[in-house]
Amino acid sequence: MTGLYTGALELGTLDAISRRDSPAHRLDPRAKLIATAAFLVTAVSWGRYEIFGLVPLAAFPLVLCAAGRVPFGFVARKLLIGAPFVLVLGAFNPIFDTAPRELAFGIEISGGWISYLSILLRFGLTVGAALALVAVTGMNPVCAAAERLGAPRIFVSQLALLYRYLFVLAAQVQRMQRAAALRAPGRKRPSLALFGSLVGHLLLRTLDRAQRIHLAMRCRGFDGQIPLLRAMRFGLVDAAFVAGWIAFFAAVRFFDLPELVGRLVVGAWG
Amino acid sequence: MSHHIVEAVGLSFSYPDGTRALDDVSLRIEHGESVAVVGANGAGKSTLLQHLDGCLAPTAGTVRVGDYPISKATLAAVRRSVGMVFQDPDDQLFMPTVFDDVAFGPLNLGLPPEEVEARVARALETVGAAHLRDRPPYRLSGGEKRAVAIATVLSMSPDVLVLDEPTASLDPRSRRQLIALLAGFAHTKIIATHDLDLALDLCGRTIVLQGGRVAADGSTAELLRDRERLEGWGLELPLRLQGCPACGGARITEGGGGRQ
Repeated sequence: MTGLYTGALELGTLDAISRRDSPAHRLDPRAKLIATAAFLVTAVSWGRYEIFGLVPLAAFPLVLCAAGRVPFGFVARKLLIGAPFVLVLGAFNPIFDTAPRELAFGIEISGGWISYLSILLRFGLTVGAALALVAVTGMNPVCAAAERLGAPRIFVSQLALLYRYLFVLAAQVQRMQRAAALRAPGRKRPSLALFGSLVGHLLLRTLDRAQRIHLAMRCRGFDGQIPLLRAMRFGLVDAAFVAGWIAFFAAVRFFDLPELVGRLVVGAWG
Repeated sequence: MSHHIVEAVGLSFSYPDGTRALDDVSLRIEHGESVAVVGANGAGKSTLLQHLDGCLAPTAGTVRVGDYPISKATLAAVRRSVGMVFQDPDDQLFMPTVFDDVAFGPLNLGLPPEEVEARVARALETVGAAHLRDRPPYRLSGGEKRAVAIATVLSMSPDVLVLDEPTASLDPRSRRQLIALLAGFAHTKIIATHDLDLALDLCGRTIVLQGGRVAADGSTAELLRDRERLEGWGLELPLRLQGCPACGGARITEGGGGRQ
């Protein structure tokens, strides 16, 4: 449970970074959202054994972070939080897929290991890009941009409310956990029974709060749609940003860039 | 529109678990009045308040706001004229930024963007929170949250303000500022509170609830000075009418209270 708390603290950091000012921050949220969506589509469009073709894609999150002065270490730490899921999920590949395949330069290993590596790489790329997007845009502008681009309003409001109350929930978890820990000195973690009770209470309190929030919304005329008043300007720079990245993704996808670069280098030597 | 009366007749309410929270409550609050609703914990204050805005529907009896008896059909009109400030600002501030939150009500009223902008600016200015406009609400202090929560309601230009424990968990200075702010409003005010000194400052009239019934309804200055009756209702004298511990417990009695 302390894990959730530190997670929320880090979320605060993400929030703070997203309110800085930089060339990347100043871009229209829609431009960044479209570019990221194109990036994600490109990243998942390859076959399961692809590794080297994916590598140039890393330019997108790296450039976004660099231009937005987002510390790489911060994004890397956030990636590690999600990593166990992927590590476990992909771990079956090497067990079931043992047919040997060529990795590169005539080196052969089993196909399962190659697809496992590919999954890890894609995890790093996609989640890294999503984190970079939020870090240089902010969660709420991302939501607003999604709405402007035609995403269903109900999903957008859900996402915005989820993000808003993550902080409140984390603080509540922390208080409950502290209250339990203070009355059980010498116990490192709560017993299963206590944990069940804490989680149950948390659920009930969350439901109560949700009801109060809903009432507060109804009192101010809420009718199912959350209205937002926000000006966005999609300028030339934004268009160039989107076009440039889509061109880059297309190039990475349809030409084998690493091989081209390799041939150029070899050609220069030869 | 000049008669923003709030009236409850024979109002009773039981929660689904059987708890009888209100029992035959009748009251009439006139236009421009400022009324404190006091009572011990569990006396039914919050439940009563929630009926005034149609958040709860009575088990028996009726509530009228202005010209409308509260019903499904009149709910929207009632909520436009009654502004409800919840006890926990975290329940009231659900939008990404302070601006969005204060704009939420006016936008739902279907007002044009320029009008919304103007109303938000005015509401934030009134509560002294103009500088917080682009901040996310969860980053504000308790006092700032309270001020913004009031602004979210002011921006809808209500005729009646209903506040649930407005001074709870505020530091003394924020409390004082809030009282000064509320004193400046010409709205009809209905304030549920444990802060009896606030009632002395702001409300000419006090309604005492006990066990879901109206135990007393009258002049604040008289009701809150009556130690014996107060104790009977599970309440105590307002702090400023109690003895001063520094000067030997000498008790300030009759006539010692009143407005500052």
